[in-house]
Amino acid sequence: MEANVVEMPVEQKAVCMSRPSRFAPRLQERAIERLLQLAAFASVAITFGIVGVLAYESVLFFQEVSIADFLTDRQWTPLFADAHYGILPLVSGTLVTTLVALLVAIPMGSLIAIYLSEYASRKVRECVKPALELLSAVPTVVYGYFALLFVTPALQHIWPGLPGFNMLSAGLVIGFMIVPYVSSVSEDAMRAVPTYLREGAFALGATRMQTALRVVFPSALSGITAAYVLGVSRAIGETMVVAIAAGMQPTLTLNPLEPAATMTAYIVQVSLGDVPHGSVGYRTIFATGLMLLSMTLLFNIAGHVLKKRYRQVY
Amino acid sequence: MTPIQRKIARHKSLDRFFAFEGLTVMIVALLVLLALVGQLMFDGLTRLSWQFLTSFPSRFPAQAGIVSAWVGTILVMLVTALAAIPLGVGAAIYLEEYAPNNWATELIEINIANLAGVPSIVYGLMALGLLVYQFHLGQSFLTAGLTLGMLILPMVIIATREAIRSVPPYVREAAYALGATKWQTVRDHVVPYSMGSILTGMILALSRAVGETAPLITVGALSFIAFLPHPPWQEAFPFVSFEWLFDPFTVMPIQMFNWVSRPQEEFHVNAAAAGLILLAMTLAMNAVAIVIRARFRKRIHW
Repeated sequence: MEANVVEMPVEQKAVCMSRPSRFAPRLQERAIERLLQLAAFASVAITFGIVGVLAYESVLFFQEVSIADFLTDRQWTPLFADAHYGILPLVSGTLVTTLVALLVAIPMGSLIAIYLSEYASRKVRECVKPALELLSAVPTVVYGYFALLFVTPALQHIWPGLPGFNMLSAGLVIGFMIVPYVSSVSEDAMRAVPTYLREGAFALGATRMQTALRVVFPSALSGITAAYVLGVSRAIGETMVVAIAAGMQPTLTLNPLEPAATMTAYIVQVSLGDVPHGSVGYRTIFATGLMLLSMTLLFNIAGHVLKKRYRQVY
Repeated sequence: MTPIQRKIARHKSLDRFFAFEGLTVMIVALLVLLALVGQLMFDGLTRLSWQFLTSFPSRFPAQAGIVSAWVGTILVMLVTALAAIPLGVGAAIYLEEYAPNNWATELIEINIANLAGVPSIVYGLMALGLLVYQFHLGQSFLTAGLTLGMLILPMVIIATREAIRSVPPYVREAAYALGATKWQTVRDHVVPYSMGSILTGMILALSRAVGETAPLITVGALSFIAFLPHPPWQEAFPFVSFEWLFDPFTVMPIQMFNWVSRPQEEFHVNAAAAGLILLAMTLAMNAVAIVIRARFRKRIHW
């Protein structure tokens, strides 16, 4: 064994010399184990906290608003005199921005992953990967600034009629933001494909592109699906970019050139105002949050199923 | 040229085109990062000054500053670190070294994987319902720090577990052979040897927390705070004061968000300047993490 070079602690604990009884250290060991176990269960407590709070406030909300209205009404105006509680406009906003983001992130992320794993030299990979990861380290509020004051004005050169708030620029920026999530996880999956599969393809006369697309990509599909799912849940839950750049108006539309609020942007909007604690308006954000959590959970479960289906064992 | 040669030539040029395409896309992604930094610098660099760093927010864009925001960020991070690191490292040690192979352990594992995918704003809603209105902690530094602590807990656990897993089993076996108990093995060997990766994980998790905005808006951050929190020290015994924990808070990203969402362009300049400092904070933390990782990797050869 190559000895590790971390220095050993200098003062060796004198436990074995002066052990008072065979009992005390055991008691201490047990106490420590219990303490660590408690720390591990703290994460379960957080989940219970999240589900509990959302469920509790949502139950109170649904005592005043029927679930059928919530899911089918086409208007979301909970803070107006003529209150409508239809979540559809917020869901459509979330879906449109997510879709735009995925149209950017999935092709770009996949291509980058293929390039880094199949074409790039070790040196390029070692340099580019951390640089790409910086893309995801940038605070989301900075991305919001970028979307509102750089991307939107740039897009307005192409579509002069584009409103100052629109889902397109928010979606595009979210897309760039999640490229590193998609590319880095997909690349890991592709590099885990054994070399002999590639060698087999090369021996049959395939080019690198054919090998990448027809051998490596399908073999790594399980891991790549996981990368896509990660991207989807990031895009759905993204808040600041849409709150800054996509507008705060709940609109039932599938046109990305229009402004529309997402579920997350609505929660931000209510939190910034002064809706009294305990009112229906206050409870709408928890019902919205529950919807948001259910959607991410749904995508995660779908991803898990797909991941299992495509799993290859070598 | 025979048909087969033509076919080969076509596939070769397709291959080159594909490589070129991959390279282009990669460069575009990196250019976006450059454009983002460039735009912030172009807009905000002239606004950076000592006055900007030491002034409170103001109705007048030229007099406004970020002192309450950066002080707030540091204090919130302090609470976050104190909440998330002991809990996360403890949980990771339990899962790697102690946990029996049963349904309870499986439950914790699934739970951590799922928590990592929960949108950050949902943590904010939970903190609003639980910490603010059930436990009556108020819209304070304590609430903000605990919220972000819960948010990064899964990241801390996952990073620490990976670090601990990379310590080879023979190190533990050697310690046991010399009569060390489980906790002695963990405390004197496993944790010190994986310290580099653990530290890296902590810093990356905290750098994520520095930029988080949404959950803190939900909890009720104020964006106009014209005073500093109570100092964490006092004249009389016991010399440390915890009054600041219950003061209303603001942080850098909240201040930036407030300025971005105003219509006046002068405030956008302030937002860009605040964004530059925020970006510098997160990138510096990432750089430190990379340096620590590289240094520890060099020192340890299994």
